[in-house]
Amino acid sequence: MNNETPRSIAAIQDEIIADFALLDDDAEMKVLYVMELGQKLPPMPDEDKTDENIVKGCQSRVWLTARLEGDRVYFTADSNTAITKGLVSLLIRIFNGQKPEAILASDLHFMNAIGMERFIGTQRTNGFSAMIRQMKMYALAFKTKMEIGS
Amino acid sequence: MAISATLSTDIKKIREEFPVLSQKVNGRDLVYFDNAATSQKPRQVIQALVDYYQTSNANIHRGIHTLAERATKAYEETREDARAFINAESSSEIIFVRGVTEGINLVASSYGRAFLREGDEVIISALEHHSNIVPWQLICEEKKAKLRIVPVTDIGEIDLDAYRKLLSDRTRIVATNHASNTLGTINPVAEITRMAHAHGAVVLIDGAQAGAHLDIDVRAIDCDFYCLSAHKMYGPTGTGILYGKRKLLEAMPPYQGGGEMIKDVTFEKTTYNELPYKFEAGTPNIADVIAYREAFRFILGLGRETIRAHEHDLLTYATEKLSSMPSVKIVGTAAEKVGVVSFVVDGIHPFDIGQMLDARGIAVRTGHHCTQPLMDRYGIEGTVRASFAVYNTKEEIDRLAEGLQRVINFVK
Repeated sequence: MNNETPRSIAAIQDEIIADFALLDDDAEMKVLYVMELGQKLPPMPDEDKTDENIVKGCQSRVWLTARLEGDRVYFTADSNTAITKGLVSLLIRIFNGQKPEAILASDLHFMNAIGMERFIGTQRTNGFSAMIRQMKMYALAFKTKMEIGS
Repeated sequence: MAISATLSTDIKKIREEFPVLSQKVNGRDLVYFDNAATSQKPRQVIQALVDYYQTSNANIHRGIHTLAERATKAYEETREDARAFINAESSSEIIFVRGVTEGINLVASSYGRAFLREGDEVIISALEHHSNIVPWQLICEEKKAKLRIVPVTDIGEIDLDAYRKLLSDRTRIVATNHASNTLGTINPVAEITRMAHAHGAVVLIDGAQAGAHLDIDVRAIDCDFYCLSAHKMYGPTGTGILYGKRKLLEAMPPYQGGGEMIKDVTFEKTTYNELPYKFEAGTPNIADVIAYREAFRFILGLGRETIRAHEHDLLTYATEKLSSMPSVKIVGTAAEKVGVVSFVVDGIHPFDIGQMLDARGIAVRTGHHCTQPLMDRYGIEGTVRASFAVYNTKEEIDRLAEGLQRVINFVK
């Protein structure tokens, strides 16, 4: 169990915004950077890449699983496209190690700040919203489970 | 050599006719290689739209006032130009539709409903766009007819031997494209038609990818139906034509009911108008049809041979350039192709390539291109597709190759 208190969701978003600000508003650099983030995402075991774990609403294939350790949520994900993998890695960076309530209450605003829709397009942005929705669904399930369990 | 030198000077002039091309996307000059999805529009087409609304807007065929006369005349002039463009015998064989999709649906519904019987067969090729698959599936299901598929070879050509074996006295309709939107293959439509006619079947040709690129002569092909979409041939969106042989169109029931398509209406009985109006119910897309005329003029003004020669140059150049990249594999290498290059890259998803190219101002199409069965045939999910038009240049192909190399280097 990980007892380290993670930084707040707001603080991590600020950090992501600051990282992207270094890229000079250059679409190509942003795309390459996102792909690079995806390459660093810890691998997901092949047996987790099942149809049940596919996030609905994404044009690319995205697999997502979640587990609860103590009162903290941890996600694992993968995608068949490099950019999407990079995008989901941003969400994992923000949400991993947070409490379910914090994930549910979170208001993600970094996408606008980094101009995401401009460099990945509307369809992928919609897919990105589907990923967030799925992660919040997991958080809700864990929160409910903890409440029933206690 | 002299021809291509002249043309390359001319291409600059041609590009100036397309206002949309002179912009930057993500900080670089736009390279537009998604012409198989829709082509850009020259000034004369845009101007015709503006002129119509500013000087002639009126509903056609019914009014007797001056504007109605003017609009009707312009609308019917497009019909005549469309007839000439495909060398049909009579302009009454030209029906304005929303595009190829509606043209095929019209034939499948009207001809199919009237003439298909249980146990009959409809043959299409494995190269077809979903719009030339689904309407046939629908009518076959309704009529308990059978849809048969002609396979394609490894290089992306229709397997004519297999086609010959599928043809029988049960075959009622054969539908195929003139050129494939995904692979670029130009199909031997005259031969396909001749073989179908020998079995008494009618033939529909989807000309979506031929309109801007190939010489079209429906009488030489001898096909029974031929469809075009204006927007893929420098014309406006939302219009196109269905050509049909007169005696077939006359025998077919109307597709939609409404104004314009009738002769007399009582509550007991309606008699239908003559061709082509029988199939043009309601107020049509007047403005776009009128502007479509300028697209025909643009193409014929440049000359279809000149366009074909230039696009063939681009195709050859792009094929050589991309083939020389070790991790790139071209999908579809038929002997006769329009300017379409579809490819996959080892270990990189087409979406990622498309996004990276867009970041460099290059517009390509990625995915299954509405031909999922064809993707299954090659065991791939999708491709990256660059498709050319007369305004594209070799320098733009260099930019594509450069962008592609950058993604490959990054991933490796």
